[in-house]
Amino acid sequence: MADTALHATPVTTEARSVRLALSSVVLALTAVLLLAPLAVVFAEALRAGPLASLQAIGQPDALAAIRLTLLVAAIALPLNAAAGLAAAWAIAKFDFRGKALLITLIDVPFSVSPVVAGLALVLLYGSGGVLGDWLKAHDLKIVFALPGLVLATLFITFPFVARELIPVMAEQSRAEEEAALTLGASGWRMLRTVTLPNVRWALLYGVLLCNARAMGEFGAVAVISGKIRGQTTTMPILIEMLYNEYLSTAAFSMAALLATLALVTLALKSFLEWRHADLLAATRRH
Amino acid sequence: MLRTSSPLPGFPLALGLLLSALSVVVLLPLAALLGKGLAMGPGQVLHHLGSARVGAALLLSFRAALIAALFNLVFGAALAWVLARYRFPGRRLIDAAVDLPFALPTAVAGIALTTLYAPNGAFGRLLEPLGLHIAYTEAGIWLALIFVGLPFVVRTVQPVIDEIAPEWEEASATLGASRWTTLRRVVLPVLSPALMTGFALSLARSVGEYGSVIFIAGNLPGKTEIAPLLIVIRLEEYDYDAATAIGLAMLGISFGMLLLINATQVWTRRRIGHV
Repeated sequence: MADTALHATPVTTEARSVRLALSSVVLALTAVLLLAPLAVVFAEALRAGPLASLQAIGQPDALAAIRLTLLVAAIALPLNAAAGLAAAWAIAKFDFRGKALLITLIDVPFSVSPVVAGLALVLLYGSGGVLGDWLKAHDLKIVFALPGLVLATLFITFPFVARELIPVMAEQSRAEEEAALTLGASGWRMLRTVTLPNVRWALLYGVLLCNARAMGEFGAVAVISGKIRGQTTTMPILIEMLYNEYLSTAAFSMAALLATLALVTLALKSFLEWRHADLLAATRRH
Repeated sequence: MLRTSSPLPGFPLALGLLLSALSVVVLLPLAALLGKGLAMGPGQVLHHLGSARVGAALLLSFRAALIAALFNLVFGAALAWVLARYRFPGRRLIDAAVDLPFALPTAVAGIALTTLYAPNGAFGRLLEPLGLHIAYTEAGIWLALIFVGLPFVVRTVQPVIDEIAPEWEEASATLGASRWTTLRRVVLPVLSPALMTGFALSLARSVGEYGSVIFIAGNLPGKTEIAPLLIVIRLEEYDYDAATAIGLAMLGISFGMLLLINATQVWTRRRIGHV
């Protein structure tokens, strides 16, 4: 750091040598820890050529897994968005007792292991579970079936939309909504024409993160799916099965699809953060 | 719950929707888990937790998560500092890549890391001759947990670095402090609440992590078998009692850590007085 005086480094930064050393170490570690795993997914998927990779994705089991993953996300996302919107409206626009507790409860899924979430669902809906007999008597199947997969996904992604919307809605004043009501708009009209447009980017952002997590969820879904091939195997579950059967190309081709989804998610997320940073709460947290 | 007067409509509907969704999706299943534990009785639960295999699995999950979170605390803080303060080509790309572990499914990360660090993998091939075995050892578990936990530290600390006013550091330098002293005495105290929060979030996520770990861990009972995997194994054997006991222990650890996070945040806020 002897050169500080000579090169007149600003006092609010480190010496050039320190900056160089720190950046190199940190960037090298980032490449090894974050980028290498991503690169290896595509390298392994294409190892036997793109044709083999496409063939693996075209297998009936693979197509069934893709369809199921899309179906689960298509059911879970709107429900989650509606719950998140309701949560944000109640919490951001009104004061009531027990609000802090309610916010904590919304965040609970963040700190529960996905496997424990799956276990809890099995204990509630499975055979021998609390509601197991009742469900059986009415011929309703939740565990090892689509409803179980949806419930597990909903549990894991529950906080995503609410966490994004609450701070954004809280920052916007109630004045615009009050004006709409004064001018005679109904509650639904106010929601449609004032509230939703105001939070649309934040809502999109929350749904985007929710979707990435929903399509990639493994732990909770693994417990409740029963892994019935072609019926309850989502893409991540199929990846595990293929990998354990040493079908490397097939496993990594499926993984490359999900990795592509992750990259698209990150690109959209970066775009939203860059273009609409002022309308997002999340530019300040994960 | 009483609402204060507000002219806006929809409060009962929104709260009702939220409470029903929260109950059905989150609270009811967790209540079923607690209820099952109560039905078993504390003796039964402790009996299952007393087995050597369960004890080793719980200890491993906690120890590996702690090691990974400590690594992420240091590395994540350094990465956040470089991203927030230094300008270099490709910075935006690296900044976006930090979120990769949030977006990449854990099973994908798991098989990718295993392939890299297996004895014949791209990195494993280089490390094996040096006597460094990563895949199928506890070190592999650390690596997977470092991967999933890293963004929590970076994303918690980075915005706080952005908010540090340059005047504080200038004042410190004017008063004769070396750069190191300024970092230690001015910057670090401001960052410490965020560092602690990031550390705790990374820890909480890692303790319960399953997907990225099971491929690389080797899953040897008593050695590299994590607690969530043991739950899955017991469920596959239809041993719901044992699975419930481990699940309750993990739930207890999670909520203990949640309380700890809140307590440290309150404590640092009181000590430092802002943020």
